[in-house]
Amino acid sequence: MAMSRDEIYKKVQEVLVDALGVDDEDVKPTATLREDLGAESIDFLDIVFRLEKTFSIKIPRGELFPENLLSDPQYVQNNQVTPAGVIELKKRMPHSDFTEFEKDPIVDNMAMLFTVDAIVNYVAGKVP
Amino acid sequence: MRWIWIDKFTDFQPQVSATAIKNVTLAEEHLHDLYPAYPIVPNSLIIEGMAQTSGILVGEARQFKEKVVLAKIGKAVFHRLVRPGETITYHAKVDQLSEAGASISGTVTAVASGAPVGTFPEPVAEIELMFSHVDNNMAGMKFPEHNFVFTEQFVQLLATYRLSSSINL
Repeated sequence: MAMSRDEIYKKVQEVLVDALGVDDEDVKPTATLREDLGAESIDFLDIVFRLEKTFSIKIPRGELFPENLLSDPQYVQNNQVTPAGVIELKKRMPHSDFTEFEKDPIVDNMAMLFTVDAIVNYVAGKVP
Repeated sequence: MRWIWIDKFTDFQPQVSATAIKNVTLAEEHLHDLYPAYPIVPNSLIIEGMAQTSGILVGEARQFKEKVVLAKIGKAVFHRLVRPGETITYHAKVDQLSEAGASISGTVTAVASGAPVGTFPEPVAEIELMFSHVDNNMAGMKFPEHNFVFTEQFVQLLATYRLSSSINL
């Protein structure tokens, strides 16, 4: 039987509690991994490993958390994500909500895209 | 200084698991630093022993081409102290291994050296570690070309195990 979104959310919550040492109640759907949950760069790999194990899925490198975008001048100029960059990001991260980010698409605001909800959306698209 | 906290491998299954032992002797200086008159192995060095056992397991999986660094201690739960005259056994199991790094779950047990045959080793700790292949993860940072992680001392440990396990004495 397919997993419900609620079941996926609960398991994602457990993954983040274990990986980041945060409390259950901190892991809200809109919480951002870096700012709200204090994730550091190495935690992203830890989260990927734990999600793969928990849901028995394979997460190809860069699919959940895109890489190598910031160093491309076509996508980032003067700390600003270019329109082409936003299009590319949306293509690579269909699981993220861009509403807030698009209001001020500076590089620092990219952290807004990495939310608990984005992970749940991603996993929901992966599990049978 | 020789920064090696395991004595030898007793089992090595590439990309799967590794077991190493460490005999603890009263002659080791660091045993005396925590509690006067009550020498113990500091738990931090038990984590290091597990990290070395696991790190060599992870490094071997990519023929020691990657610079494998300990990135995160996910869990370290200790049940009892380890004292001189005991043998520590580190057992590391690969949970995940990818281009970016690896995660390991490990158990640590100990038994008094010279204990009667069949004495069951006691649980000392459960440790979960995560390793990063730094060249693949630290974009923009430059590291030395040579593999500074796996020195001859480490590689020799595995070579010794392979040699001894291939000879029937």
